[in-house]
Amino acid sequence: MHRSSEVKHVASYLNTRGCECFGQPCESHCPVLTDRTIHVQLKTFIKIRVKPDRTGVVTDGVKHSMNPFCEIAVEEAIKLKEKKLVKEVVAVSCGPQQVQETIRTALAMGADRGIHVEVSGKDYETLGPLQVSKIFAALAKKEQADLIILGKQAIDDDCNQTGQITAALLDWPQGTFASEMTLEADKLKVVREVDGGLETIKINLPAVVTADLRLNTPRYATLPNIMKAKKKKIANVKPADLGVDVCSRLEVLKVDEPPQRQAGVKVETVDDLVGKLKEAGRV
Amino acid sequence: MTLRLWHRQSLMTTQLAELPELHQMMRQTCRDYAQKELAPIAAQLDKDHKFPAKQVKELGAMGVMAVEVPESLGGAGMDYLAYCLAVEELSRGCASTGVIVSVNNSLYLGPILKFGTEEQKKQWITPFTTGERVGCFALSEPGNGSDAGAASTLAQQEGDEWVLSGTKAWITNCWDASATVVFATTDKSLKHKGISAFLVPMPHPGLSLGKKEDKLGIRASSTANIILEDCRIPLGNMLGERGMGFKIAMQTLDSGRLGIAAQALGIAQAALDCSADYAHKRTAFGAPIGKLQAIQFKLADMALAIESARLLTWRAAMLRDAKKPFTKEAAMAKLAASEAATFVSHQAIQVLGGMGYVTDMPAERHYRDARITEIYEGTSEIQRLVIANNILKEYQQ
Repeated sequence: MHRSSEVKHVASYLNTRGCECFGQPCESHCPVLTDRTIHVQLKTFIKIRVKPDRTGVVTDGVKHSMNPFCEIAVEEAIKLKEKKLVKEVVAVSCGPQQVQETIRTALAMGADRGIHVEVSGKDYETLGPLQVSKIFAALAKKEQADLIILGKQAIDDDCNQTGQITAALLDWPQGTFASEMTLEADKLKVVREVDGGLETIKINLPAVVTADLRLNTPRYATLPNIMKAKKKKIANVKPADLGVDVCSRLEVLKVDEPPQRQAGVKVETVDDLVGKLKEAGRV
Repeated sequence: MTLRLWHRQSLMTTQLAELPELHQMMRQTCRDYAQKELAPIAAQLDKDHKFPAKQVKELGAMGVMAVEVPESLGGAGMDYLAYCLAVEELSRGCASTGVIVSVNNSLYLGPILKFGTEEQKKQWITPFTTGERVGCFALSEPGNGSDAGAASTLAQQEGDEWVLSGTKAWITNCWDASATVVFATTDKSLKHKGISAFLVPMPHPGLSLGKKEDKLGIRASSTANIILEDCRIPLGNMLGERGMGFKIAMQTLDSGRLGIAAQALGIAQAALDCSADYAHKRTAFGAPIGKLQAIQFKLADMALAIESARLLTWRAAMLRDAKKPFTKEAAMAKLAASEAATFVSHQAIQVLGGMGYVTDMPAERHYRDARITEIYEGTSEIQRLVIANNILKEYQQ
């Protein structure tokens, strides 16, 4: 999954099936979120627009949907429940009212109940991994959770921090970039996708796991489950109720589009190439 | 290409925001499925005339093969509007799969749900909700399609059995079906009042299938004759009461035509998707052809035709869900949607020019798939008669 510039990357992920954001930020920061797995890396062709004041990208009127890695996380949680290894799956999301749609999608996949942590307006614009992790840590304690599964990163900001910070705040072990996880009594065996290959670790519960692409293939919500989702509860909570201050410690100075791609130059021979590179001061 | 279009489409389509949340969710799940699982294989299924058995099973698991069937019988327990949304989205990916889903839901499960006994429902509905088995509907004959009242397939009682004999034609799904609703007459002199409906398992002694028709479109769905020769079934296999067959058929088709309207909408939408995308990419006279008014006017007319037909379809479905009369509206929906499908797919080829004529692009398949929607489950001519009769009744002196 990988790309050149931040902005382009957002677009390419967001153009995957199921996500309708067209390069606008996804409602991210959800543990147990999911969308559809990224099967095809599409190149962006949708123009993401930077806001005129250059503080971010335009998000008005854009439908938000579940982060693809979070979808994989939800699927994993539901699989554990189907194997009767966990009692209850709770889907949590932080954000404005629209976020409830995403939670309901998780419920339609099979989660038992949802928690919507209301963050809107300016607070939502500046909401980042640190604040979200604090919220999750507080909720985990309140709900007495044994396992937190999140997507490894949100495809709008690509921070790849929430899982790790949450684990640190709770002083829980973490199994990140999981491509496989197995519950063995009260320990969790996690196979992690790392640069050098695959690393297998065993961690104690309670723990935090972040889902990577190959962990599973998320299911389609079935019609009966969509019907059942309607009756499942979504609780409303405010960060203040959890004793969390969502004030951002970061200030975005500016957001710019990537520089316009310049046309290249074709050369005939390797010598020409080396010559041109020397001219440009690259060699 | 199409993946992006579908995203763009969903952003531009405001209906998505206006439908109830439940319907939006189920529409999205069907759209996701169609986009990922059906669209990539549709061209090959069409080429191979191959029944998408795996996909039908997956759709069964999602509840889409029995949308209106109550949960107690194994269905999804949703309403007809949800069903129409599902068929449209699936047909947008693959028109053949759309009709397979539609026939199972509306033409096979529909009449049994409405007219069957509790016992019949358990036996003939539940196994057909999972996608493991599909059903079909045998009304038309070589001698009569629109003239359904002139059925010549006979049903004679012999002791504790019905003996069916005759030939049914143009039966969708029949080569892949495990049961059929057959219409046969017990007394030709009573004309349409002599027709009754029967449930026949497939395969069954006395029931054989004709050769698969080599069709212009919807080739992944099988169409053939069903030949009944001394086909014996228990008396308990009659659906509804004796002589009720014509009424059952007409009422079933009233609903079935909304499924076909939905299929036509899906085909039309896919053709529009393809055209609009091409209009952005193809350049001529120094600019994308989408800048040319000739193309713009076409796209506008295409979108208008689809949107109008879609709203008619939704309205008819909602009337049916509210248990209000919907015959006229259903006929209008099917007529509008099928004519929209043929119009839009025709124009799509025009927009694509030469590329529209070759199999590299899906436009030619949409054109071939669209054509049948004006014919089956009530020809456009029959729809006009239905609408006219209803209008005249409304203005009765």
